[in-house]
Amino acid sequence: MKFLTTTAITLAMTVGAAQAEGELVLYHWFEYIPQELLDKFTAETGINVTMDTYDSNEAMLASLKAGALGTYDVAVPGDYMVEIMIGEGMLDTIGDGELANKGNIAPQWANPSFDPGWKHSIPYQWGSTSFSVDTDTYSGDINTTDILFNPPEELKGKINMLDSQGEVLAMASLHLGIPQCSTDREQLKALNNMLQAAKENWASFNSDTAKEVLVSGDAAAGMIYDGFSAKAREEKASITYAFPTQGYVVWMDNVVLLKDAPNRDSAIKFMDFLLEPENIAAVSNFARYGNGLSGTAEFLDPALATLPEANPQPGAGAGAFIQVCDEATQAVYDQIWTNLKK
Amino acid sequence: MAGGGVQKGRGPVSETYAPVRYPLLVPAWAVLLVFVAAPVAMMLVYSFLTKEFRGGVIWEFSLAAYDQFFFDRGLFGDEPPRIEWTYITIFWRSIWQAGLATLLSLLIGFPTAYFIATRPKDTRAIWVFLITIPYWVNLLIRTVSMRFLLREQGPLNDTLLALGVLDEPLRLINTNLAVQLGLFYSYLPFMVLPIYAAVERYNFTYSEAAADLYATKWATLRRVVLPAVKPGVIAGCILVFVPSLGAFLAPDLLGGAKNFMIGSLIEEQFKGNAGNWPFGAAASMILLTLVLIALLVATSLQRRAEGPR
Repeated sequence: MKFLTTTAITLAMTVGAAQAEGELVLYHWFEYIPQELLDKFTAETGINVTMDTYDSNEAMLASLKAGALGTYDVAVPGDYMVEIMIGEGMLDTIGDGELANKGNIAPQWANPSFDPGWKHSIPYQWGSTSFSVDTDTYSGDINTTDILFNPPEELKGKINMLDSQGEVLAMASLHLGIPQCSTDREQLKALNNMLQAAKENWASFNSDTAKEVLVSGDAAAGMIYDGFSAKAREEKASITYAFPTQGYVVWMDNVVLLKDAPNRDSAIKFMDFLLEPENIAAVSNFARYGNGLSGTAEFLDPALATLPEANPQPGAGAGAFIQVCDEATQAVYDQIWTNLKK
Repeated sequence: MAGGGVQKGRGPVSETYAPVRYPLLVPAWAVLLVFVAAPVAMMLVYSFLTKEFRGGVIWEFSLAAYDQFFFDRGLFGDEPPRIEWTYITIFWRSIWQAGLATLLSLLIGFPTAYFIATRPKDTRAIWVFLITIPYWVNLLIRTVSMRFLLREQGPLNDTLLALGVLDEPLRLINTNLAVQLGLFYSYLPFMVLPIYAAVERYNFTYSEAAADLYATKWATLRRVVLPAVKPGVIAGCILVFVPSLGAFLAPDLLGGAKNFMIGSLIEEQFKGNAGNWPFGAAASMILLTLVLIALLVATSLQRRAEGPR
């Protein structure tokens, strides 16, 4: 039997595309999944993987809405985007028992708010969005959102924000201690005014270069994802990730089964593949983020367990997912964002 | 143009090709239809549709997009309408920046083009070649390099500090000046090349004649050379102004994206949280109209410059 499997793998690898047993079209974030893992999937199943990439949840949604639905089998939206896509009817339902490895999902993620019971998605990677400070420039307490919104003298004019409405406004709401989808006019006005004042101290809005501006010294503090910050610290040791007492943003990327997937069977196989601890650990080792499965410890890079960017200090605030607001409420937040960037 | 196309022994060129003229034009017309007319028509239609929450449109007529552009109804949308300055400010900022970049390119580009065109014939090609070399590299890479060059702890500041020219590093990155430099650098050859083409065709015996008639160098340039090469100058200005207007790489990477430019405002409507496609389409249509007006003005100037022949 072992001989047979090995032969099958070798065959699958050598005959390649022409006699592949299937296709899988993947719509994924850029620079996230290691190519070796995709090669491994092809070797195990004989399914050819084609991947297109995107750089934001919103860009992915826009592309799917503009007619790309039916082209892709699976995508990797973040938590709030899964909820939006379910609401838009863009996801297919995974039947009970279709995924053999579903039991590997860690108990803490058994029932996520954005897709209760994992009916359309599986966990992929999770982490946090907060900010990092170059402690060579500022040596005071960094675990407060004041760093971004009411900065000390040393950091004024040296702050980079993510160019992303959801994350900036969620962080600002945590700073003011107001709900993310507030309908209270006084709170919304306060949010608007606070951001206008805070902007005076910001140098730039950049998402793609969030890590690079910190490493190069263009910014001395900046909003950033935890994994990015860990990579930044490897290049410049003084870059320290903060878990503010007011709280921070938690995100989770998930593999979803898209509606009208041209290769639904391949998609299910791919999801089962990613529900194996060894495989998802390979993504974590590459991207430096946590994953939502149990039993991955033995496959993980030992450094990840003690990563300062993944382990909040005692006294840190709670992590919060970005919330999905209704249309009327969202319109006000859109207006606040436009005011901020006009 | 009368008689311009006549050749000995054959009819005018236009007659030679007359039987196949329309079939031969089909590919060109098809390309224009598919890649220019259809997208613009789609944009026009979308700008008058109702916005669907989180992207997309509902097929119902609506003026909401244009209303949003021109009228301010407060943070909650229920105040009496006032004139909305937000988008006008964004457009004005982009136009101002593009205009400045055009002026800067003209000031540097014209002497450069003149210099190249007055070199001996066999070296001109080398100069033109040298001008185009940096443009073999992708615009994104060049803009990122510019960012690297200008940053506070970058080579430019390091050199100036080491030479003792400066005591404090210059704060260039994330300023409008950096955006200007980026636009100027990105589009300079679009100014140099058309002017070069015009100056190269210029008959320098006219300048000699002007000098013989006691015209000063300045008067010769202003009253003889400039009118003759004006079409090239106008073409160069259009080629720099139009792409600068929609530029988003330089404002994002060099200016820090702190303020929307036209390009990033429109992009945000499709790829950002707002997901307001009709508004993005309306802003594009307004931009298109502005550019069209500018081009019509430029064309009429050019026609006057060329004059009756």
